[in-house]
Amino acid sequence: MQLQQMYQEIILDHYKNPHGRGLRDPFDAESFQVNPTCGDEVTLRVHLVGDLVKDVSYDGQGCSISQASTSVLTDLVVGKPVGEAFEKMDAFVELMQGRGKVEPDEDVLEDGIAFAGVAKYPARVKCALLGWMAFKDAVARSQGAA
Amino acid sequence: MTTTAAPLDVAALRADFPILSRTVRDGKRLVYLDSGATSQRPTQVMDAERAFLEQHNAAVHRGAHQLAEEATDAYEGARQRIAEFVGASFGELVFTKNATEGFNLVAYAMGNAATSGPESSRFVLNPGDEIVVTEMEHHANLVPWQQVAQRTGAVLKWFRLGQDGRLDLSDVDSVITPRTKVVAFTHQSNVTGVINPVDVLVAAAQKVGALTVLDACQSVPHSTVDFHALGVDFAAFSGHKMLGPSGIGVLYGRRELLEALPPFITGGSMIELVKMEGSTFAPPPQRFEAGSPMTSQAVGLGAAVDYLSIVGMERVHAHEHALTVAALEGLRAVPGVRLLGPQDAVDRGGAVPFEIEGVHPHDAGQVLDSLGIAVRVGHHCAWPLHRCLNAQSSVRASFYLYNTLDEVDALVDGVREAQKFFGVA
Repeated sequence: MQLQQMYQEIILDHYKNPHGRGLRDPFDAESFQVNPTCGDEVTLRVHLVGDLVKDVSYDGQGCSISQASTSVLTDLVVGKPVGEAFEKMDAFVELMQGRGKVEPDEDVLEDGIAFAGVAKYPARVKCALLGWMAFKDAVARSQGAA
Repeated sequence: MTTTAAPLDVAALRADFPILSRTVRDGKRLVYLDSGATSQRPTQVMDAERAFLEQHNAAVHRGAHQLAEEATDAYEGARQRIAEFVGASFGELVFTKNATEGFNLVAYAMGNAATSGPESSRFVLNPGDEIVVTEMEHHANLVPWQQVAQRTGAVLKWFRLGQDGRLDLSDVDSVITPRTKVVAFTHQSNVTGVINPVDVLVAAAQKVGALTVLDACQSVPHSTVDFHALGVDFAAFSGHKMLGPSGIGVLYGRRELLEALPPFITGGSMIELVKMEGSTFAPPPQRFEAGSPMTSQAVGLGAAVDYLSIVGMERVHAHEHALTVAALEGLRAVPGVRLLGPQDAVDRGGAVPFEIEGVHPHDAGQVLDSLGIAVRVGHHCAWPLHRCLNAQSSVRASFYLYNTLDEVDALVDGVREAQKFFGVA
């Protein structure tokens, strides 16, 4: 059934038990992103120590896809150098914009590969990228401020 | 509304809409409950467009050849029939690309009034003048007014939503004051289907000499609407929500107002005399139809109006009322479902917005889609209204003449399915 392809168990698990949720201190920059078509929103903070993503914390209102992908994001980037975090982001964006034709690399994206099915639904791609756009923006802000 | 007319033969009607017999998502029967966003088109409308293009296509209001004459007749003939359908006169209807453009036309033309001739002085917005809207508006009848207020220094005020999801008009005389220049409001909410008391608002506006601008996008397709009887000054609606084509909307304006209103979009077709130093403008409606207009779309909308007239708007409204009652009852019986806005079907069109506890509207819409059920999810271009309803977003089912009680049942079953899928049932 198509629905299960999209809503993989991994996604539903992250939705029901999100990782890293809640806004925390300290942080260097915060980004607020909203999906104007549905009103979903996320506020995301990053804390960098040198080149390392020390913490990502977030809060938001949104569908299972947007909430789960932000949860997966924290797993993927916390503790990683910014460069590597951005490589993962690029891989995730490529996967999401691939209309279901991109084969994801589990070594890079870990739980993120579960979103391969979401990429077949163009209307939901923005949901999956909401947290990532906030992460990109927050890192840019913190680096700009440094 | 009560009617003595025979009920619709929905099965026969549905045969006119080829798209309704297709399947979606791996062979699921399509259950189309999103007519509030856009309606489907009967073959009669598509045939009319095709016949126009095959036999009469030419640029209208220019050229002296036979096709130009026939195309112009078809275009203006459609205007005439649409005018009759909404209780207006021929010269009071302006074709726009959509209803949104209609609202912008009025707002921008008013913004232009200060630098136009003395005949348009009644439209001038000065700093401190007031523009009144409501919390229930679609963004199309809100943002243009915010913008013209910003440009002119006018003050934006609004009627609030009451606890019951209807407009709170208890303070009508303190919201609409002698400073009020415009009262812009929706006839029927695109989210909750609430039908507003046009008479109360028109009376209050007339008392202080303010202009009324009615959003008729959700009323004209679904009920008998007579702009002269309503007494509004301007109104806008769109073709694609009433079985017609997209790319065409209609602005109604009382003749004497359109005569005095300065233009919005300028260029070819809308002029009277052009010299290098300046130009004068054609009388309405041409003054507001700059450039080559849409033609087959106007013909298609004319055919849509013919179709609706044959079916009968009272019957359409009664049919949708029955569907709305059934949907409210069916959804209310599902634990965990919260109906947004009024809980009853009194003074209400065929739109039912709701939330499902523990299932985000986007996710609910996805489950419904997997069952072949097309609904709208999100804030439906009415973000402030959703804030009033304490909802971040919603699922909206909206009905039209071709929907059935079986489809309402499918919606309710689909909602239970969504609850099961997300483990909240």
